[in-house]
Amino acid sequence: MITGRFFAAGADRRVAITIFILLAVAIIVPLLNLAVSSTSAFYVPSYVVALTGKYLCYALLALALDLVWGYCGILSLGHGAFFALGGYAMGMYLMRQIGSRGVYGNPLLPDFMVFLNYRELPWFWYGFDHFWFAAIMVLAVPGLLAFVFGWFAFRSRVTGVYLSIITQAMTYALLLAFFRNDMGFGGNNGLTDFKDILGFNVQADATRSALFAASAVTLALAVFVTWAIVGSKYGKLLMAVRDAESRTRFLGWRAENVKLFAFTVSAVMAGIAGALYVPQVGIINPGEFEPSNSIEVVVWAAVGGRGTIVGPIIGALLVNAGKSWFTGVLPAFWLFALGGLFVAVTLFLPKGIVGMWDSWRGNARALRAASIAEEAGTDPDVPPAKIVRSAARTPGDWSASGPEPQPAE
Amino acid sequence: MIFIRAIGLTLLLLLGMLLPSNAAEADLRAIIAKFATASNFSAIEAVVHELAATGDRAVERPLAALAEGRLYVRKTDSLVFVGQDGGGGIELLDPLSGEKSGAAAKGDIAKVKVNNTLRRAIRDALGTLTLGAKDPAARIAAAATMFKTPDATNIEPLDAAIANETVASVKALLEQARAASVLVSDRPEADKLAAIALIGARGDRDALSLLTSVEANSEGTVKDGATAAMAKINSTLALWDAGQNIWYGISLGSVLLLAAIGLAITFGVMGVINMAHGEMVMLGAYTTFVVQEVIRSSFPGLFDWSLVIALPLAFLVAAFVGLVIERGVIRFLYGRPLETLLATWGVSLILQQAVRTIFGPTNQEVGNPSWMSGSFDIGQLAVTWNRLWILVFSLCVFAVLLYVMKRTPWGLQMRAVTANRRMAASMGIRTPWVDALTFALGSGIAGIAGVALSQVDNVSPNLGRGYIIDSFMVVVFGGVGNLWGTLVGAFSLGIVNKFLEPYAGAVLGKIVVLVLIILFIQKRPRGLFALKGRAVEA
Repeated sequence: MITGRFFAAGADRRVAITIFILLAVAIIVPLLNLAVSSTSAFYVPSYVVALTGKYLCYALLALALDLVWGYCGILSLGHGAFFALGGYAMGMYLMRQIGSRGVYGNPLLPDFMVFLNYRELPWFWYGFDHFWFAAIMVLAVPGLLAFVFGWFAFRSRVTGVYLSIITQAMTYALLLAFFRNDMGFGGNNGLTDFKDILGFNVQADATRSALFAASAVTLALAVFVTWAIVGSKYGKLLMAVRDAESRTRFLGWRAENVKLFAFTVSAVMAGIAGALYVPQVGIINPGEFEPSNSIEVVVWAAVGGRGTIVGPIIGALLVNAGKSWFTGVLPAFWLFALGGLFVAVTLFLPKGIVGMWDSWRGNARALRAASIAEEAGTDPDVPPAKIVRSAARTPGDWSASGPEPQPAE
Repeated sequence: MIFIRAIGLTLLLLLGMLLPSNAAEADLRAIIAKFATASNFSAIEAVVHELAATGDRAVERPLAALAEGRLYVRKTDSLVFVGQDGGGGIELLDPLSGEKSGAAAKGDIAKVKVNNTLRRAIRDALGTLTLGAKDPAARIAAAATMFKTPDATNIEPLDAAIANETVASVKALLEQARAASVLVSDRPEADKLAAIALIGARGDRDALSLLTSVEANSEGTVKDGATAAMAKINSTLALWDAGQNIWYGISLGSVLLLAAIGLAITFGVMGVINMAHGEMVMLGAYTTFVVQEVIRSSFPGLFDWSLVIALPLAFLVAAFVGLVIERGVIRFLYGRPLETLLATWGVSLILQQAVRTIFGPTNQEVGNPSWMSGSFDIGQLAVTWNRLWILVFSLCVFAVLLYVMKRTPWGLQMRAVTANRRMAASMGIRTPWVDALTFALGSGIAGIAGVALSQVDNVSPNLGRGYIIDSFMVVVFGGVGNLWGTLVGAFSLGIVNKFLEPYAGAVLGKIVVLVLIILFIQKRPRGLFALKGRAVEA
């Protein structure tokens, strides 16, 4: 049944194409980097591989945010925290792999601990010398935090802006905590100077290509998972909570459980994105907890189109490519551009690029149907058919507020 | 006629005062001349004592110079001078008047030698001299020095000074200094116990450190007395510490109140999530900076008025920017709070970068006017003037805002539009105008908060960033839509924060407060002073 839906037309076909492209990129780009000689026109330089790999991690983070914001209406301003926690879990594994090759050559303690006069490894660093343990922690730590946080927040019906602000406070509190030297996570320098991952040199081209392929495949997997969640009966429930939470509750559903599941899954996805990100950029520091980073993720999703699966990926890639270009050419103007983007997207592109494209296509189709109906001589007063599918998938259509401004909740 | 007679009398009196002093000056010079003939330390010490015994404050100069090794004898005529390094040789100053009296090469003069015993004698002599000073402040300073460096030889001059003292507060200080000296002397135990009681009553940190050394160096009843007095002092000091923490908390609370009160209007009353609020505060601070720069370069005399001048300007600047934001962005987003949040975040980025481009990314120097610098003590509490003024100012702003909201037609319209927009529009209220002006008011208040915060914080483009989360916490904690809630929220958060700091450290204290608020919102999602009724679900 699921395969039938997978190859159907419309939005589902778009998901299939995205997954196909991602998998193809995962194979082709490493090949072009490793197997093609560096003089060839098809050669992909290593820095492009690293850069695009980073963007794919961002895209995964944006997709994670889209699951809660676009489909469940929870605007989380703290997804950067889950991303960074996943990153720290991976960073701790990479730190332990350095072994005695650090500056101080201590076989047990990472450099910063020697520097800060630690006698022995803190208890929460135990186990991170095994990859499997670190991999579990990458999933468990962000997931657990999101579960506990969400359980408290959704149970007491903290919604809308209040939830956004307390998620922001959460990442701010974590930022302050990780900046402290005695937290045992490297203070404001964070974790860096990595050597090996699974026995391979993180600086080597082959490893970078493998990490890139892993990011692309993971993103493809995440797209599939999101699509499966959203398309299932549970996905309908998610959107019902987004559009009319009280009504869903009155119909007998536990809205808080619905939200909690989406929030936790999303946090785990963000954690994985962080874990893939850290070996590719080679550092993780508390700056990743900055509330402004989390808000930037929101604008990626908004630019691409929230409530669509492909939109956030496109948004993350476009905005970050723009950021790289701007900071190279006109560094002083990047923040102007980013700020303008926030304003412009909310004012002129509320559904994002993909949403805009859909409604433009939908309108064209409806107009065509109307003109056909007119030629056939049916009643021209019949309003053009509303595109139910895409309407149901973009927020705001069912809960459209009137033109009259209303005080917020 | 009476007037002229009074002048004549004053002149006569002045003359009468001058003549004996002239006579005394000749005596002093005679004594000082003995330095030239004094051949060893004990002889010099005798001269010092003789000088001190005159009780004339004019001998301070030569004695201080002697202690610093700057008293010289000219070899040609055995005259005594105070020396001062200058040019090639040494400049000679008259030992009493301090007037310049030529210069000499190093070889032509001999230094009056000094050792540590002598220095101590000089210090005691100087302390005794200042005890008789005419200026009460000098006497207080002398008493304080003697209290900190107690010496048995101080007791007699102190006794004399106490007998002559007329000002009660200075007398008390002198008695404490005497008690401190008694404790290090070999007086009988009863005297020492009385001294401990006197010092214990003083009850500050100096008294505590003095008693600690007494406890360590004595035994028997004196030791027990010192221990008991220390315990008493410690308990009063703990109370003062709590008081100091409360004051710090109130001070932090006033800063939070200033930062949050504009937000209480835009977020609390209008329901607009304005993430650019912190940038309004920053604009106010930068307005202060510009005003001070203009005053420094053009009207230096007006510097003490700079903040008063900056206040209305900051209000206008921030209110104008707020008006532009409301008309240009926010009015299209009413009823969509999450979009408003994102758009205003974008605006905040633009404002920050604009300020960074114009003024540069570094901190700007904003000075304190003279009436805001310095501090004073209440008991053991140190209160700085700028913190006190900010507290007063924040309460004034709060009162004015409360008045505007509750007692003016404009406030009535604001509340009407918030309560029921359509009904208000039907009654003839121009709701778009009210929206715009309310938002401008909230922004303007943030601007004048910036003027105050420029006095206690770094003025940099990131100034607003630091306050935005705290401000939201205050408003959410206090209860949205309730100005009193904001007041209580700001002060309770400030005080809790400062009480946690000593135990948890500044950063951890802040984290604990954030976690507490997050937990608190779980319990009362609508804040401390929640609005009840239909407004909640609007």
